[in-house]
Amino acid sequence: MNKQKLVIVGNGMAPGRMLEDLFEKNPDAFDVTIFNAEPRVNYNRLMLSPVLSGEKSYEDIITHGDDWYREHGVKLHKSARVQGIDREAKTITSETGVTEPYDKLVIATGSDPFIIPLPGKDLDGVLTYRDLDDVDRMLEAARRGGRAVVIGGGLLGLEAAAGLKMQGMDVTVLHLMPTLMERQLDPAAGFLLEEEFRRRGIDVRTKANSHEIVDDGSGRVKAIRLDDGSEIEASIVVMAVGIRPSAELAKSAGLDVNRGVLVGDDMRTSDQNIFALGECVEHRGMCYGLVAPLYEMAKVIAENLLEGTSEYTGSLTATKLKVTGVDLYSAGDFAEGDDREEIVLRDAAAGVYKRLVLKDNRIVGAVLYGETTDGPWFFDLLKKGTDVSEMRETLIFGQAYQGGAPLDPTAAVAALPDDAEICGCNGICKGKIVTTITEKGLTNLDGVRAHTKASASCGTCTGLVEQLLQVTLGDAYNPAAVTPMCGCTHLGHSDVRRLIKSKELKTIPAVMQELEWTSSGGCAKCRPALNYYLVSDWPDEYADDYQSRYINERVHANIQKDGTYSVVPRMWGGMTSSKELRAIADVVDKYEIPAVKCTGGQRIDMLGIKKEDLPGVWADLGKAGFVSGQAYAKGLRTVKTCVGTDWCRFGTQDSTGLGIKIEKFMWGSWTPAKLKLAVSGCPRNCAEATCKDIGIVCVDSGYEIHFAGAAGLDIKGTEVLGQVRTEEDALEHVVALAQMYREQGHYLERIYKWAKRIGYDEIRRQIMDDADKRKAYYDSFVFSQKFAQVDPWSERVSGKDKHEFNPMAVLTKEAAE
Amino acid sequence: MTAEIRNWVHIGSLEDIPRQGARCVKNGDMTVAIFRTAKDDVFALEDKCPHRNGPLSQGIVHDGCVTCPLHNWVISLETGAAQGADEGRTTAFPVRLEDSRIFIDLSYSHEAV
Repeated sequence: MNKQKLVIVGNGMAPGRMLEDLFEKNPDAFDVTIFNAEPRVNYNRLMLSPVLSGEKSYEDIITHGDDWYREHGVKLHKSARVQGIDREAKTITSETGVTEPYDKLVIATGSDPFIIPLPGKDLDGVLTYRDLDDVDRMLEAARRGGRAVVIGGGLLGLEAAAGLKMQGMDVTVLHLMPTLMERQLDPAAGFLLEEEFRRRGIDVRTKANSHEIVDDGSGRVKAIRLDDGSEIEASIVVMAVGIRPSAELAKSAGLDVNRGVLVGDDMRTSDQNIFALGECVEHRGMCYGLVAPLYEMAKVIAENLLEGTSEYTGSLTATKLKVTGVDLYSAGDFAEGDDREEIVLRDAAAGVYKRLVLKDNRIVGAVLYGETTDGPWFFDLLKKGTDVSEMRETLIFGQAYQGGAPLDPTAAVAALPDDAEICGCNGICKGKIVTTITEKGLTNLDGVRAHTKASASCGTCTGLVEQLLQVTLGDAYNPAAVTPMCGCTHLGHSDVRRLIKSKELKTIPAVMQELEWTSSGGCAKCRPALNYYLVSDWPDEYADDYQSRYINERVHANIQKDGTYSVVPRMWGGMTSSKELRAIADVVDKYEIPAVKCTGGQRIDMLGIKKEDLPGVWADLGKAGFVSGQAYAKGLRTVKTCVGTDWCRFGTQDSTGLGIKIEKFMWGSWTPAKLKLAVSGCPRNCAEATCKDIGIVCVDSGYEIHFAGAAGLDIKGTEVLGQVRTEEDALEHVVALAQMYREQGHYLERIYKWAKRIGYDEIRRQIMDDADKRKAYYDSFVFSQKFAQVDPWSERVSGKDKHEFNPMAVLTKEAAE
Repeated sequence: MTAEIRNWVHIGSLEDIPRQGARCVKNGDMTVAIFRTAKDDVFALEDKCPHRNGPLSQGIVHDGCVTCPLHNWVISLETGAAQGADEGRTTAFPVRLEDSRIFIDLSYSHEAV
């Protein structure tokens, strides 16, 4: 039997959830095709604010990666905006020219930001806040600095303002109404929120009516002028005044459209084969912009696609502001009225304000500020219409105070019903989390995140999830548990590093004895780590244990899948010469090396060398002046450079020279994981310094130092450490940063992971602001280099570790038989 | 019933192998890895991980096992069997230590027993 064809227009959170629901019920009912106008997979749009503030990256907020689509056989057309629907032929065509037939169609085109028709609205620098591209544009603007003016003091506007402030911009919020978030908050809570934003240095102006966005003369925004004539300078203007359903496609297909695409309770449009879902929908006169109603709609459609008769009857919504450090929760309707009563709790010292609005002994609205743990409980009572007269006296104090004696928070969580939502971002209920913990035998937060996605997005429910672990596992759950280094110890990397220092442990056996290792000789996980920690902490006293090094570091070459090795000599700063190239060519011929390749770090890799040939290869390379490139080391690898002022017409500094200086200074040093550097001669950044472990971007006035980039398993742009004026300063800062990482990093932890763990600001404080600390790090590095800068190749050419490269015995046929 | 025939071959001495290390013995096309543990026990395995033929002689030796350098499978030095969740076995050969002289018997593998 041919499967029915289901086509979905739009790839936001709502259709993503609908497909999950559909596949859970019947994974084989439809061939699914998605058209996405954005060039990406499905990501959690709610989490754009943490991306903007720098607390999360795009990868962190992906809901369905490419694998998910493959696994479920979903065809995803990225960057394919839909041009039209032919309802007669039942086909759909994208602007990219793709036509797909459908049996059932779901329109989920979402919404567009509302643009206030101000003069100047089309100027360069006027942005909206809707998708990842908007976030990228804001981040780019933030790097240039200056003032951002955000129009709109609602949920999105405030999140944008807080994010831009965290990115270092000056920020002004303009809000037309007298108090912030007036649709979700009462004036009292709105006032508290305004105070909080002021305290963070954000300029909030209420009752502010924008008049015009002022041109700087070149088509870019310069300022914004208000109705009262005052002007605020602005390098960007973000319009976040609301959204409107994106219904043009439905309209042009002749479907019934009002503000949004009109649907009935079965979520069908005026065409029986076409459903509409999400923010583009108008249902019983309501358009929704929050995630919970969209998920409810998704569920109804999933059922009705499978011939169900499910109905959507509208949603009550709750709102949470995703600004770190601001706890705010609002649900339902909290307007005053003759038939309504209210309960208010204020605790000025703790900055807490709570208000419940009751009607006929039932909660109809709740506003919580400063302390929001009871939000989901109140919302649950509100949704279920529970009669609260029994607990009226203590209601405002929260769930913990019900039933006589105050409960501890864990008991409160235990008392929640199975269908109580714990993770709002991913719509995960208590029952699902508890079942998963039991079925999969999970013991920690990371496990729950991996298997359910609960707490994996914004993290505000982390506390609740931890309490659920506690409730489910009892004493078996130990929240303070650190992940041990390996099965030989219960200690984590940080503890081991600390104890090596404080107990002055200077050999691997001493560490294992003193720290009570449970195995006699360690394992392949802990021994290389301990060896590194000891080399790093006691450079002059510790004798490197070669048997605890991974093979590449033991034989100073890279093992390949067939047991041969590859050899990469150092080419300082990526510079080479005819003499060097000739020597390499000769070595390749002499040892019949099968493959020669340019590496990403601007040097030459010779692959497929037999282990026995390594000393010979090194001897010949050594004669031409080559030393080991340490391309195998958890240590300094390359310093990539561009040609800088030597050749480039744009170069601002001698990037090649600086790169070579740094490489000559730092080669031979061991680090927790590999360390790759780059120096670019100008902000065009040809050496790609902004995705390196440490990078330098030269500018006219000096050197901008970057760190914590990644371009491997993870992709991450660097953070700026700071700017310095001279080459000497640049070298000192880079070296000090590397030493701080050497002293604190966990073995195999790249610099970007270490930096995230320690905190970027802490690193800036120690390296940029604290000159004594920086000097101390620098001196420690210089001291340890005295023992580290020995070319391992020439050592081995002179006979060190000879046993490594020769067989112990070669048996003749007779002897073996 | 056949009498047990042993063919011990002298391949070198204990000092030739670093403690917690390994050396290779070439026997025609086959390479045999000879391991020395921290306690000076000696074991012989064919130098081929059961997973992807990685050279076990290049791995880290620990607690009666070696960790393959290619994909971190852990192989028992005594039996050649993969440890933990992995499944597979490499050929193990008998070893005798006379003072510090090492003998192996390549005609008689544990796998065949």
